[in-house]
Amino acid sequence: MSDVVNMKTQNLASSKKMLLAMVGIGIISALLIVTTFELTLPRVQRLKAEALEKAIFKVLPGTVNTQAFGVNANGELFKMKEGDNTETAIYAGYNNNGNIIGYAIEASGQGYADIIRILYGYKPDKEILIGFQVLESKETPGLGDKIEKEEHFLNNFKALDVSLSNIGKLKNKLITLKQGEKQNPWEIDGITGATISSRAIGNIIGTSTSELVPILYDHYNKNNQKPKESNE
Amino acid sequence: MSNDNASSKQKVTTTDEFIKGLWRDNPVFVQVLGMCPVLAVSNTAENALAMGLATAFVLLMSNILVSLLRNFVPKQVRIASYILIIATFVTVTDYAIQAISVELHKSLGAFISLIVVNCLILSRAEAFASKNTVWKSIFDALGMGLGFTFALFCLGAVREILGNGSIFNIALFPDGFQSWIVMILPAGGFFTLAIWLLIINGIETRKTKS
Repeated sequence: MSDVVNMKTQNLASSKKMLLAMVGIGIISALLIVTTFELTLPRVQRLKAEALEKAIFKVLPGTVNTQAFGVNANGELFKMKEGDNTETAIYAGYNNNGNIIGYAIEASGQGYADIIRILYGYKPDKEILIGFQVLESKETPGLGDKIEKEEHFLNNFKALDVSLSNIGKLKNKLITLKQGEKQNPWEIDGITGATISSRAIGNIIGTSTSELVPILYDHYNKNNQKPKESNE
Repeated sequence: MSNDNASSKQKVTTTDEFIKGLWRDNPVFVQVLGMCPVLAVSNTAENALAMGLATAFVLLMSNILVSLLRNFVPKQVRIASYILIIATFVTVTDYAIQAISVELHKSLGAFISLIVVNCLILSRAEAFASKNTVWKSIFDALGMGLGFTFALFCLGAVREILGNGSIFNIALFPDGFQSWIVMILPAGGFFTLAIWLLIINGIETRKTKS
């Protein structure tokens, strides 16, 4: 009888100990993670902003100045101020004369492994896309990450047709095909061995362009040829 | 350290703990542990070195904490608490690498978070740190961590030289060099690992014979 009681108190003591150990380690872990996060955050943000700037200049060659825009609920562009955070950021690139030469558009969507964040360049005077950069991806190394390296895939985006029809919508929705099947300028040649990732890029750009290209085309025609200050 | 007998004895054993990870019990070449990062991130010398050092750091910190808490953690929840400790330091490392270089973070990609499931770290926590003093555990972690880094570097250097014609992005050969693309692909990882295992085991067998 006393044995049973003994065992019970022992068990109770050890579950208390177990709980204490797990909670204790949990608190230590939480403290460590939060401290590192707080300490590294400013530098990580700065590095990311630098990387973003580099990417903008890469997808919009010839840019000297940029201005970030957001899209409000009415589908109009508004100038972003420091600290604003929206899902879709658009960076207008200006040349020396203060004219808009193109837009770098941030877009994201589900890839194979995680959300892929990209930046692509749109040239409204020719109504084409002129390149894209992956900002963040966790695609499988050696397979999915070919979206950043495969030349024939990247060449898709050097002059991808996104021209608008009369009613202000894309004439042709962008589609991703199997490798080697591209025939029209609005089709994207996929990658064998990275089917899902390359299709994801196609989808991200397709969704983003069908939403934003009409808005940006309008914005470009209203604002170009005027000095930069009058952009609203 | 003082010069009395006990500490000099301990000094010998700690050096031993350190050396065994580097060579005799090398985690990659002898124990063949943690193969996922070994094969995947050893395509260039730089990636291999960064991955090795990140793993060594996690190993060191988790060994210290596991060893400190070894009398406090009940047996029933030890694995859960080790995983929690290891995951914490992996997250810390992840942020640290992001703060060092976005490029490096991009090229190591998903493999940083996969350090959590590197069986090398869990095996050191379970087999060594939970039974030994902090001091010894530090040396064990340093030895194992550097041994792992050394092995990764051996693979990464060979693969980059043959597959890319360069080391640390510095070109080694004149323009005419035809690189062996297969070496930077996953298959090259297996080839290189096999060759290294052959060499190391050859040396060991010869040693024991003589």
